[in-house]
Amino acid sequence: MTLLNDLTGAPPGMTGRSLLLRLSTLGAVVAGTAGGFAYAGGWLSPGLLTPARIVDRFEAVNGPHPGFRRNHAKGLCVAGRFAANGAGARLSKAALFAPGQVTPVLGRVALAGGQPYAADAETTVRSLALLFRQSDGEEWRTGMNNIPVFPVRTPEAFAAQLLAAKPDPATGKPDPARMAAFFADHPESARAAALIKARIVTGGFADSTFWSLNAFRFVAANGSVRPVRWAFVPERMATAETPARAGQADRNALFDTFAAQVRQNPQRWHLVVTLGRVEDPTADATQPWPPDREGVDVGTLSLTEVTPEAPHTCRDINFDPLVLPDGIAPSDDPLLSARSAAYAQSFTRRAGEAKAPSAVTGAPNPGAAL
Amino acid sequence: MTDRFNLPARLLHWTMATMILAMLLIGAAMVTSLADYHALVALHRPLGALILLLAVLRLANRWRHPPPPLPADLPAWQRIAAHGSHVALYGLMLALPLVGWGMLSAARYPIVLAGPVVLPPILPQSPMLAASLRHVHTGLAYALVAVFLAHLGAALMHALIRQDGVFASMAPWRSRR
Ligand code: HEM
Ligand code: HEM
Ligand code: HEM
Repeated sequence: MTLLNDLTGAPPGMTGRSLLLRLSTLGAVVAGTAGGFAYAGGWLSPGLLTPARIVDRFEAVNGPHPGFRRNHAKGLCVAGRFAANGAGARLSKAALFAPGQVTPVLGRVALAGGQPYAADAETTVRSLALLFRQSDGEEWRTGMNNIPVFPVRTPEAFAAQLLAAKPDPATGKPDPARMAAFFADHPESARAAALIKARIVTGGFADSTFWSLNAFRFVAANGSVRPVRWAFVPERMATAETPARAGQADRNALFDTFAAQVRQNPQRWHLVVTLGRVEDPTADATQPWPPDREGVDVGTLSLTEVTPEAPHTCRDINFDPLVLPDGIAPSDDPLLSARSAAYAQSFTRRAGEAKAPSAVTGAPNPGAAL
Repeated sequence: MTDRFNLPARLLHWTMATMILAMLLIGAAMVTSLADYHALVALHRPLGALILLLAVLRLANRWRHPPPPLPADLPAWQRIAAHGSHVALYGLMLALPLVGWGMLSAARYPIVLAGPVVLPPILPQSPMLAASLRHVHTGLAYALVAVFLAHLGAALMHALIRQDGVFASMAPWRSRR
């Protein structure tokens, strides 16, 4: 074994047996370490639902739309400010709730779904995403929908629902048998779907209420922590007539109407924070909280500007719901971490793709009488 | 004693070895996890920033206290490999956190370390650049895994087989010989 001793540089006294044993130990440690990395990276669990696989599923269901968000693809940028009334300061130490504090806001109104060129429809879920920029460099980002509860409780159920609701190429509608099977497996989703269906659909973005749906925790300066959900409640009186229903030829009627309303007058919402009690579910966005929970109006959002998606606008932002200032913390809701992960994946993909212009221009619509 | 790395060098080597290995595992795990993504990323950012800071201190210490020479009988190719891999390890432990910081800057995320502590952006907003740097971050992390495995193999070779004092020069304990 002296050849091996020479090759490895082992001292001449080391026996062949001992040398082989040492070489095998070395090999085992290196191979075991490499295996540890492979395990941590999920290479040994091909069936795991990962952020990349969820986003793959959006792409499979909606088809490729490079440059666009994989969900809530059709949208319009907004900007304005949030004026705190001080009532939130006892609930959260986040700077934006301090009395008299005015925080610049940019955001995005959008329709749920991964089709950037779909025509506006009144029952499509509407969303409002906001980014509050505090002067200390911290930010609060939140994405909300105009539905009272979320259709699923877990990311796994979300992925299953995406597949079940995929339109059948023959009918253009989801296969009812597959949806029924999904609801049978997920009774909480069946209950949520009934609540969502029973909601009052208002005329447009400006008179919609947008709910956080997920629970969060507000951390106050005195250290007290409480579970919360919140909603942006419009000042504008709700109207039932939607421009989309009124049979206008404009495929972007909801957006165009909203753009015109903002140009006329700032559109305002009150941020109402609902204080949960210990018994309220924080890890289940399909369940409403009891209606008697205290709601605290903590300030007013005024949206004063609309701009089509373009470089450096809301288009290039990830409204990750876990970008939170000190004073707002995640709850144990499993959707939150999953959203953060999936949005990052969607963002990285679309950020690296060439961008096509959005269907929504927000241009004044001469045809619509307002 | 010039046959060993000085105490700060050894301390830094072993704390940073633990931290960097943890970072590689955290990084690999977080991008495949839905449930733990947020908690892991929230740990990944401050730990990465700390590694950057320690790497700078470590290079400053190395500059003032040069490392002990390699054994004179070490074949030339191994000498070159040792030198090259150390340059690569130092380069990667600086580049990975800088690329991480840069990609989050270009993506216009607030780079939260802990509580209200936020790092300033080091690059202007650019989605294309953010996406490219995100891929570079992955590529460099894989490169670091590869160089680390070679480094580990070489260290064990010195410790178990060559028994030439190279391992002892970095060992946290004092060798009995
Ligand atoms: C695990 C469950 C969920 C998944 C996998 C998911 C997935 C996604 C994805 C991939 C995007 C595109 C992100 C981007 O590229 O920037 C998105 C956008 C959005 N999601 Fe979700 N989502 C989930 C749950 C929710 C919930 C519970 C809400 C409600 C509050 C919500 C509201 C929104 C909003 C408002 C946007 C649009 C943000 C914008 O305009 O940029 N999502 N979602
Ligand atoms: C020595 C330092 C670092 C190491 C070893 C490291 C390692 C990694 C690894 C292995 C990944 C997973 C890559 C993949 O599989 O795609 C990753 C992702 C990531 N790293 Fe690092 N990293 C370091 C420093 C940083 C720093 C300083 C930051 C930010 C301040 C950062 C931010 C991120 C982010 C945001 C992701 C990806 C999250 C996503 O795409 O969802 N990293 N890192
Ligand atoms: C956990 C297993 C590890 C072991 C057993 C180990 C062992 C060693 C040994 C014995 C040396 C001295 C080599 C010489 O003088 O040429 C050394 C040097 C070095 N190690 Fe490690 N190491 C480990 C992990 C790491 C990690 C994770 C990194 C960083 C990514 C690292 C970076 C370095 C560097 C840069 C040097 C050169 C020091 C200099 O010349 O200034 N090591 N290591």
